[in-house]
Amino acid sequence: MTGVEGYMYPNEVTLYWSVLIVLYPYITGLVAGAFILASLERVFRVEAVRPTYRLALLTALAFLLVAPLPLQFHLGHPERSPEMYFTPHSTSAMAMFGYVYLWYLMAVLIFEIWLDYRRDIVLLSKSAHGPLRWLYKAMTLGSSNVSERSLHIDERVGWVVTLIGIPSAFLLHGYVGFIFGSLKANPWWSSPLMPVVFIFSAMVSGIAAVMLIYMAVTKLRREAIDMHCVDTIAMYMFYIFVIDFSLEMLDLVHRVYEADESFRSLDFMVHTKLFFSQIVLQIFLGTLLPLILLFVVQIVKLPEIVRKRIYVFSSCMILISVFAMRWNVVIGGQLFSKSFLGYTTYKVALVTREGLLVAAGLTILPLFILWALLKLLPPWPEKGLHAPAAAD
Amino acid sequence: MNISRRKLLILLPAAALAWEHVLAGTPETAPNYAMSEHWWGLLIDISKCIGCGNCVRACQTENDVPDGYFRTWVERYHRSDWHLESPQVISPDGGKEGFPSVAPDPDGEYFYVPKMCNHCADSPCTQVCPVGATFISPDGVVLVDQTYCLGCAYCVQACPYGCRYIHPTKHVADKCTLCYHRITKGLTTACCEACPTGARQLADLKNPNDPIHAFLRTHKVQVLKPQMATGAKVFYNDLDGSVR
Repeated sequence: MTGVEGYMYPNEVTLYWSVLIVLYPYITGLVAGAFILASLERVFRVEAVRPTYRLALLTALAFLLVAPLPLQFHLGHPERSPEMYFTPHSTSAMAMFGYVYLWYLMAVLIFEIWLDYRRDIVLLSKSAHGPLRWLYKAMTLGSSNVSERSLHIDERVGWVVTLIGIPSAFLLHGYVGFIFGSLKANPWWSSPLMPVVFIFSAMVSGIAAVMLIYMAVTKLRREAIDMHCVDTIAMYMFYIFVIDFSLEMLDLVHRVYEADESFRSLDFMVHTKLFFSQIVLQIFLGTLLPLILLFVVQIVKLPEIVRKRIYVFSSCMILISVFAMRWNVVIGGQLFSKSFLGYTTYKVALVTREGLLVAAGLTILPLFILWALLKLLPPWPEKGLHAPAAAD
Repeated sequence: MNISRRKLLILLPAAALAWEHVLAGTPETAPNYAMSEHWWGLLIDISKCIGCGNCVRACQTENDVPDGYFRTWVERYHRSDWHLESPQVISPDGGKEGFPSVAPDPDGEYFYVPKMCNHCADSPCTQVCPVGATFISPDGVVLVDQTYCLGCAYCVQACPYGCRYIHPTKHVADKCTLCYHRITKGLTTACCEACPTGARQLADLKNPNDPIHAFLRTHKVQVLKPQMATGAKVFYNDLDGSVR
């Protein structure tokens, strides 16, 4: 059989989870990470990251809106997916997806964004013209009171929502890790560390994405990047990345030392089929290199321009590394036989429903949504719009 | 006949339900079959299997299994005494057309291992199905409701034995049904019927008179991957430790 080395059970030769299932945890991870960054300012009062607060929320929303699409494209019968809401199977980890997703989308993210933007929406509904005016009017949901007391209530409720949002973000992404980690049939996935590793890598990737978007958008707007802000974000990113890398290495060392029946098979795979994506891309280029660079920034006072370049480069490498990690988990977990006697090959199609073009489209789509959200709900103070609110 | 608008609103959904029932048809009856009186499993005697592939062909014909996918297949193991843990295994086209002949090996042993769904009592595949489209019937058979399956393939990933696949044209999970349409009518499975040496025997574990009980008492039988604790109900006689 083409692409098969050794012996695979005959039904294992085809991979059933494609690059779209790689995208699914990647995108939900970006959502969770971006939200955690937003919560740094809101709950933990890290004032330095304030310039990214609203941008982080809108980024999370843009990616969250796209998060279920890879799954929909992957399903053999996407028209039956509402059954997950109507008749969820109580023992299935996957059955929770719809509920966790809706909870996070409606009860946390959209609610928090609405509370934070309510004053702006009310002001925009008065200053905008044409259809936009009606859109903003609808978005106020009839709540047009922008008195100081009412805004204070928004602030308090928003704080509580963010507080609930942090465990929800952990739930959203930790649960995705659990989908893989709870499968005893697959030794590459089966690990109680999987949800934790997923959460920390999600935080790192989400923070990197928001930092990159913040720097790009600020540059496009011809404004100065708040270096205190990006320095602080980079510091948090570095420490969380250290925890993430430690956890992944703990998992690796544990597997190597324990060397159970699957070890020889998995070891062979890491040295051959996954060598580039795991050893080169994920560990060396995507993890160790940015970790070293970010560490240098922590201990050496570098000029602003150098720091900026390090941050951009490190963020890009982190985003590639976390994507590679998802790839290695999802695709790597299907490349070896559950008989531990052979390996298959994954061939990415180009224009099929689960092909490369669809995957690329779904990766870019959140950026277009974010662009529209930024137009609709500008996260930066507009001249005149925030003038009456400057007092609070 | 005068029907008020209110009555029409009540009647329409009722009529829709009735029409759906008509379209669904009446299930085929098996008057003498009571699910609660059976608990199905299967016995495979490796020492009797000659690797002819009759079972694979019979299954594909009986169940319209698509080419390249298998509800059952046969593996040929070659285990040498120098490499007990690294057997060489082949299963060309699932063993459907038999195997290339080999000369006896003085340093090792060749043997055939038929594989199929183990109809586990604690099946990991039914556990993970997000909508419960795959389930264990009251008589112990793991089945898929293909009119309900989403085709997410989570069950395929959860099966430790590689017994499931996504049907290439129906786009839903597919697997061995233990020929449920036959066994509920008092017949045996297609694979058991086609086996020329009796290496496969359908077993009703709830029937005290089934010969499986005497066999299990008097032979050293094993299930595949017992460490998975799936409650597998396909029992293997003469199973070598190298078989995965």
